[in-house]
Amino acid sequence: MDKDEILNRFEPQQDNLLNILHELQNNNPNNFLPTEDLKLVAKYLNTSYSAVYGVVKYYTMFSLKPRGKYVIRLCKSPVCHMIDTNIVLQEIKNNIDIGLGETTNDLLFSVESSECLGRCAEAPVMMVNEKIHKELDSIKISNVLDSIKLNEQNK
Amino acid sequence: MPIEKRIALKNIGKYKSSSIDEYLKIGGYKSVKIALKTVPHNIINTIIDSKLRGRGGAGFPTGLKEKYTKEADSSSGHKYIICNADEGEPGTFKDRIIMEKDPHVLLEGMIIAAYAIGATKGYIYIRGEYTDSIHMLRTAITQAKNKGFLGKNILNTKFNLEIKIKLGAGSYLCGEELTLLESLEGKRGYPRIKPPFPAEKGLFGEPTLVNNVETFSHIPYIIEHGTENYKLIGTEDSPGTKIFTISGDVNKPGYYETAMGATLRELIYDFAGGIKNNGKFKAAILGGAAGTFVDKSVLDTPMAFDTLKEKGAVLGSGAIMVMSEDRPIFDMLLSILEFFKHESCGKCVPCRIGTSQLVLLMENAKKDSSNKKKILNQLLFEAEYMAKTSLCPLGQSPILPIKSLKQYFENQF
Repeated sequence: MDKDEILNRFEPQQDNLLNILHELQNNNPNNFLPTEDLKLVAKYLNTSYSAVYGVVKYYTMFSLKPRGKYVIRLCKSPVCHMIDTNIVLQEIKNNIDIGLGETTNDLLFSVESSECLGRCAEAPVMMVNEKIHKELDSIKISNVLDSIKLNEQNK
Repeated sequence: MPIEKRIALKNIGKYKSSSIDEYLKIGGYKSVKIALKTVPHNIINTIIDSKLRGRGGAGFPTGLKEKYTKEADSSSGHKYIICNADEGEPGTFKDRIIMEKDPHVLLEGMIIAAYAIGATKGYIYIRGEYTDSIHMLRTAITQAKNKGFLGKNILNTKFNLEIKIKLGAGSYLCGEELTLLESLEGKRGYPRIKPPFPAEKGLFGEPTLVNNVETFSHIPYIIEHGTENYKLIGTEDSPGTKIFTISGDVNKPGYYETAMGATLRELIYDFAGGIKNNGKFKAAILGGAAGTFVDKSVLDTPMAFDTLKEKGAVLGSGAIMVMSEDRPIFDMLLSILEFFKHESCGKCVPCRIGTSQLVLLMENAKKDSSNKKKILNQLLFEAEYMAKTSLCPLGQSPILPIKSLKQYFENQF
């Protein structure tokens, strides 16, 4: 979607800032907010670039750096931690060879940690973009990652 | 064996949550129709009389919040109603269940409360990670608008209400009501100094009612069935029901709604099927990270705001994280304190420095176990200092797990 098209779906009011940033980021193939987007939003909302930058930096879901097409968010809440998130991290590492805060060279995956994702009855869990994967074990994790890779190869 | 009593979850599984037609078939929006024929003032009195207390964690009387917001002057003529759906307290997922499986009960509760206080604009602030809840509520709002329950001249009255969705973006602190207002205005999630409270000066400086998802979901039941019926459920100080989300080492982790005052033993053994692998119960953390450790001596205490307080524990959000015999208490506290360190916004010094200091002390204790007893006392000292001097509930919270750990598990630290 065209960036102006996204902006025009919102009233040019400061309180729409977070919703606008989410839309722009979700429509970016690399799941991030480049400087030019921040400038565009600042102009649209008639505010300063630094005000927009400050907001983007504060919220962990926004990224100023390019990320993979698929962002993996690993829940690190006390419950997931107790049930064992290390297995999940290890399996991700085995499969796509990256750890927390890293992105694969082909820009397909990024791995991040997230605070409680609210699926504690199904721990451990992770999100891949908008989708939740629960009760994770080695097999489930490789299935999820393999099927994404296969899908991308066939495109 | 005790059974579940459902109020907030009363419609779960009874209709397809994406269909308002199915919701109307099971009697949906009946309470809105009743409420809009009532004088707003009487609705507030009904809610006060029901003794409904906020289900987000603090347990403040909902009716009083409504009364204060109604009585406050608005300079622009606008009053706001906000649903706090920024559910981020570790171990808690009750609001998500309501939003995904019964979004209309939440809208009903908001419409009634907005009518009662005279609000014409409403927002639901949802954390950005709750993608299913966001989609579901967007659908529900559109449907309610099309059926005339939202928008202008609702049910042919003079009452207008518009509800919009606002997204959070990964900040636990934005679940605190004043910080939520900052975030909703499109700013960094920094807490405001209170007073003034939102009822007086809330969103854009105007009177604002902020309630949790579960709290709003009680209102349709109270309006439909009356306060006398509502007060028959639960305890005298905390009538009604509470949703508990049970996780960790139990056989059937999940969400269970029961009358206030059920015991921890009933919740863990009768509802959640007991401890996994025939293990023994060691500890539960009640109320989330901003919650308290308890041991088996609390198993038979009624779970309600005041009864738990007497035991040095909190009900909080209703989260119950269960630990079996072989789980180390120390690791759990470390995980909780790391969480606070990560989520501290950095605006006020005691919390910014304090949350880091607490983690550092834990790391020192890990390295040199001979010092542990001294370090636990130091943790307590720091956390008490933070509780007295921090600006918002985040810096005031680490004292809860630390103090309760000392009370119940000092020898296992």
